[in-house]
Amino acid sequence: MARIIVVTSGKGGVGKTTTSAAFASGLALRNFRTVVIDFDVGLRNLDLVMGCERRVVYDLINVIQGEARLQQALIRDRQLEQLYILPTSQTRDKEALTAEGVAAIMEELQKDFDYIVCDSPAGIETGALRALYHADEAIVVTNPEVSSVRDSDRIIGILQARSKRAETGDSPVKEHLLLTRYAPRRVQSGEMLSVEDVQELLRTPLLGVIPESETILQASNQGIPAIHMKGTDVAQAYEDAIARFLGEDRPLRFTQPEKQSLFKRLFGG
Amino acid sequence: MSFLDYFLGTRKKSAEVAKDRLRLILAHERSAGTQDFLPQMQEELLAVIAKYLPVERDRISVNLERRGDFEVLELNVLFPEKQASPPKP
Ligand SMILES: Nc1ncnc2c1ncn2[C@@H]1O[C@H](COP(=O)(O)OP(=O)(O)O)[C@@H](O)[C@H]1O
Ligand SMILES: [Mg+2]
Repeated sequence: MARIIVVTSGKGGVGKTTTSAAFASGLALRNFRTVVIDFDVGLRNLDLVMGCERRVVYDLINVIQGEARLQQALIRDRQLEQLYILPTSQTRDKEALTAEGVAAIMEELQKDFDYIVCDSPAGIETGALRALYHADEAIVVTNPEVSSVRDSDRIIGILQARSKRAETGDSPVKEHLLLTRYAPRRVQSGEMLSVEDVQELLRTPLLGVIPESETILQASNQGIPAIHMKGTDVAQAYEDAIARFLGEDRPLRFTQPEKQSLFKRLFGG
Repeated sequence: MSFLDYFLGTRKKSAEVAKDRLRLILAHERSAGTQDFLPQMQEELLAVIAKYLPVERDRISVNLERRGDFEVLELNVLFPEKQASPPKP
């Protein structure tokens, strides 16, 4: 039986899709059979970040509406044999994402995979609710910024009240905090909430800290999940997060500013 | 923080302000879920009070508020200026 992971946040633009792609790829790199599903109906993006946009024929909504079989809609990753992508529809609206349809797909995928990663849309409406409903674990992607922290708190409340586990009285969804777009220098100068601050506010176990990095843009430009950007801070930070997710112990990295020149320190920069 | 800020600035750092604001708003919003009963309670209180006192529906308000470490339940009833006699039971 697969574990179902939802990557969620409430707020948009915080790094859910980037994280879903990196995480799913990272799990597949570790030889887990993994599928990553785009739940952002109407705003398809995961295919671009994964670099498979030209191979999309059928999508999640086609499968739900019986216009295609699941096997026809699954796209095998270019680099990793263990990884599949289930893209969403760019044209339909999110009402097509029925509860029964999603449940049937989850059930079928659970037979064949070790991990199902659900890339949630922003908001707290249908799409986001469907994406989190079946979750066993949740990665709450948060930026060190007031509205993102507030929205994360909201989505944590929703996970605890409206997930399948909550509704059936099963053990709760296991929540993980992933702090992304972190800028250690700004934290040091008191302009950005620190990882400790956010953890204290959200009271959710920390899975990792992903630094703000230009590498992310280079990766998405090319359709390469960030974890493949060998040797970069973001790739290593995502690897650490996956290791912790799998129960390994990894010290936090990239949360302190790099050494800076005396000039810059004195006059700001 | 730059050299100049260092000497001029005794202001609170903006991250600290952010944290304080978030502390308050999260505490408030987390308790909001438990406040769903308020409208119902307001209705029932109104019914009880109206049995004994001549008050209009919109003259009563119920509020649950956080003040520091306390939750304060506030009940406001506005009476008409001319005190009418209570209705006969
Ligand atoms: N660690 C990071 N550093 C810099 N930019 C990032 C980082 N993570 C995400 N981004 C950028 O932020 C934007 C939103 O990311 P995305 O993953 O699409 O967010 P979401 O799916 O939550 O809307 C994208 O332009 C992405 O490249
Ligand atoms: Mg997205």
